[in-house]
Amino acid sequence: MTGVYVVAAATVLTVVFGLYRALTDGRVRGARRRDAAVRLGAEQLGEELGSSATFVQFSSAVCAPCRATKRLLADVVKDEPSVAHVELDAETRLDLVEKLNITRTPTVVLLDKDGVVKHRIVGTPRKPHVVHLLHQVLKRPVA
Amino acid sequence: MSAEQPAITLKPVDPRGPRFGAGITAVVLAVILILGPGFPALVLLIIQTIAFGLGSLVGLHAQPYGLLYKRLLRPRLSPPRELEDPRPPRFAQTVGLVFAVAGLIGLLAALPVLFYVAIAFALIAALLNSVFNFCLGCELYLLGRRAFGNPLAQRFISVNPS
Repeated sequence: MTGVYVVAAATVLTVVFGLYRALTDGRVRGARRRDAAVRLGAEQLGEELGSSATFVQFSSAVCAPCRATKRLLADVVKDEPSVAHVELDAETRLDLVEKLNITRTPTVVLLDKDGVVKHRIVGTPRKPHVVHLLHQVLKRPVA
Repeated sequence: MSAEQPAITLKPVDPRGPRFGAGITAVVLAVILILGPGFPALVLLIIQTIAFGLGSLVGLHAQPYGLLYKRLLRPRLSPPRELEDPRPPRFAQTVGLVFAVAGLIGLLAALPVLFYVAIAFALIAALLNSVFNFCLGCELYLLGRRAFGNPLAQRFISVNPS
């Protein structure tokens, strides 16, 4: 009988965890307290900051949703010349990964014009949320 | 950028293949758990370990459930909307292999707790993958890299065009 209980417990755990993730993944969150000490610039990112904001995306080779995330962000910033999108390979940038305490990919942080982390999205971002966030950051009326 | 560059040299896969394979894996693992330690479970677990081993060490093109998908299902389905990098599902096969080997050790060394725990973790991973399209590599890989700091990529998911 042990096996039946183990299968039942594993199934319940899977469903609870899966639903929790489906509800929370890709939501926009504020910066963490430790993030205030971090300031990123062109020398860390290898690319210039956007003049009003920059999306920094941490990706990895073993991450399938990173590609969708890249497309989504590229699409969102393409008509916004003041907003940049930088994709970093988390594996080669473990220094930044440690600094920002990133635990999985894709993780996106939104920097303000000075390179300070203001928002964080863990998991594949949701497009309406990203658009809304961008309107907020650019201080535009939200449609 | 750099995270995607090598993808060009790897043959992309139909993402439904690994997901279908995860479904079969979940059923096999559930049966192994329900059978409990014993000869029938041992036989099934050896088969499952070989399947993981082929998917992880040789490549997704050698994964038996993937082949089953390719031969039986894919010809009946519409073409995939998009193809995917094979490295994330291959990483998942490697994680499965580690749990399966731990389960085998548990069986052979008469350590039932190890057997149940290891196979339960493998079952959770396979269920998450098949039901929720969960990306195991996204969750574990970076933590592993941070914990060990060594290039796991080169060791386990060698950039082996498959």
